[in-house]
Amino acid sequence: MGYPTDRKYTKEHEWIQASGTSAAIGITDHAQEALGDIVFVELPKVGAELAAGKTFGSVESVKAVSDLYAPASGTVTEVNNELATSPENVNKDPHGSWMMKITLKNPGELDGLLSSADYEKFVAEEI
Amino acid sequence: MLAKMVDFNGWDMPVEYPASIGCGIINEHMAVRTGVGIFDVSHMGDIRLAGPQALAAVQHISMNDASRLAVGQAQYSALLYPQGTFVDDVIVHRLGEDEYLLVINAGTREKDFNWVRDNTRQFDCAVENLSDDFTQIAIQGPKAVNVLQKLTDADLSAVKFYWVTRGTVCGLKNILIARTGYTAEDGFEIYVPADEATSARVWNEILNAGKEFSLVPCGLGARNTLRLEGKLPLYSHEISDTINVWEAGLDRFCKMEKPEFVGRAALEKAKSEGVTRTLVGLEMVERGIARDGYKVLDGGAREIGYVTSGSPAPFLKKNIALAYVPLEFAAVGTALKVEIRGQGVGAAVVPTPFYRRPKKA
Repeated sequence: MGYPTDRKYTKEHEWIQASGTSAAIGITDHAQEALGDIVFVELPKVGAELAAGKTFGSVESVKAVSDLYAPASGTVTEVNNELATSPENVNKDPHGSWMMKITLKNPGELDGLLSSADYEKFVAEEI
Repeated sequence: MLAKMVDFNGWDMPVEYPASIGCGIINEHMAVRTGVGIFDVSHMGDIRLAGPQALAAVQHISMNDASRLAVGQAQYSALLYPQGTFVDDVIVHRLGEDEYLLVINAGTREKDFNWVRDNTRQFDCAVENLSDDFTQIAIQGPKAVNVLQKLTDADLSAVKFYWVTRGTVCGLKNILIARTGYTAEDGFEIYVPADEATSARVWNEILNAGKEFSLVPCGLGARNTLRLEGKLPLYSHEISDTINVWEAGLDRFCKMEKPEFVGRAALEKAKSEGVTRTLVGLEMVERGIARDGYKVLDGGAREIGYVTSGSPAPFLKKNIALAYVPLEFAAVGTALKVEIRGQGVGAAVVPTPFYRRPKKA
């Protein structure tokens, strides 16, 4: 499994893809695989403030609820409303299905996150 | 098979099989509702009672009326504590004139066996724990009969729901075949010798025989959503040692006309005093999924009960739950709320079972 190299990853299995001070956030292929059939995604509203490492929403599969953790601090600018009606998109295309976009408060925070190679190694060790 | 495993009462159990082979809880669930699926349910326990007083022993320890069983017939029943609450629910099979097989739950195997043994000492009847002797495989769904018939000489069309027979299965002689299950669907449970090679061979032969019916292997996840749609109780959720028969709504399996059984006196008293809470079905009317243990609130956000089992229902495509609530909130149509992450989310009391399998034409 190759994880896209154009973004950073967290040990909580989120990805964040930044372009300037704007960034898109989603969950990884490993996360969707572990969750199973995703049936519900709960996301914050546009304008909400995220703090790095704090929960901002949740994703539910048939069997379980998992919290989502913010990879970086920032303000929500856009939410992927398609996921309200088609949450299974996260299973089908986890790295293409962004959940929300934020304006980064401190783009430097991303330096502390995992690279694609490091995340892949982390996942392999976790199993 | 690379299934996702989970520890279930000390057993390594598959939750679901991989999406790469067409599985995942939703696909597994749908296969059982519309076609066929198989489950490894070896974790279930088996207790055999045999001897001249086997019927008297079974009658003493179970709430249903085993005297109504013909040889080859089975019934849903429960073992009760003297206070009328549940040791476990069981399926009682009458295998011979004086021979009964109780099939019990995984998490309660040792407790159940000890309880059965201790409560039947006064009867002339041998009690054996056969739990480790069998691998139990459930073949479930409207096409289950087609798959299993390819592998056995027993005439399955002659076996009615909740009856058992014996036959050669996958070359193994004298295998117990029961038309039972925990999916609210037609299906069979077979009991094959527990050695690993035999179990694996039978499992693979069923997978092969089922190919033409798109059979899939199913895990505990689908087993749970299937039984929930059918309102089949799960121990420590809908039934437990603090919940009695009347509260659980299992009246029709409890035969008070039997003069005596463990728990009867307490149930008689509980009935005359009246129950205060009851198990109801809920359907979420606002966006949200009720989960086991969530609080149930009334219209004024007062806590009135709790969810025993809650999940998305893959076949019904609704978010459903079972919950204990006071009687005054139990009427169909009552508007309630389920507390989800601190928020009261709208739900309504609905008729149960949520799903009933269509009658054959």
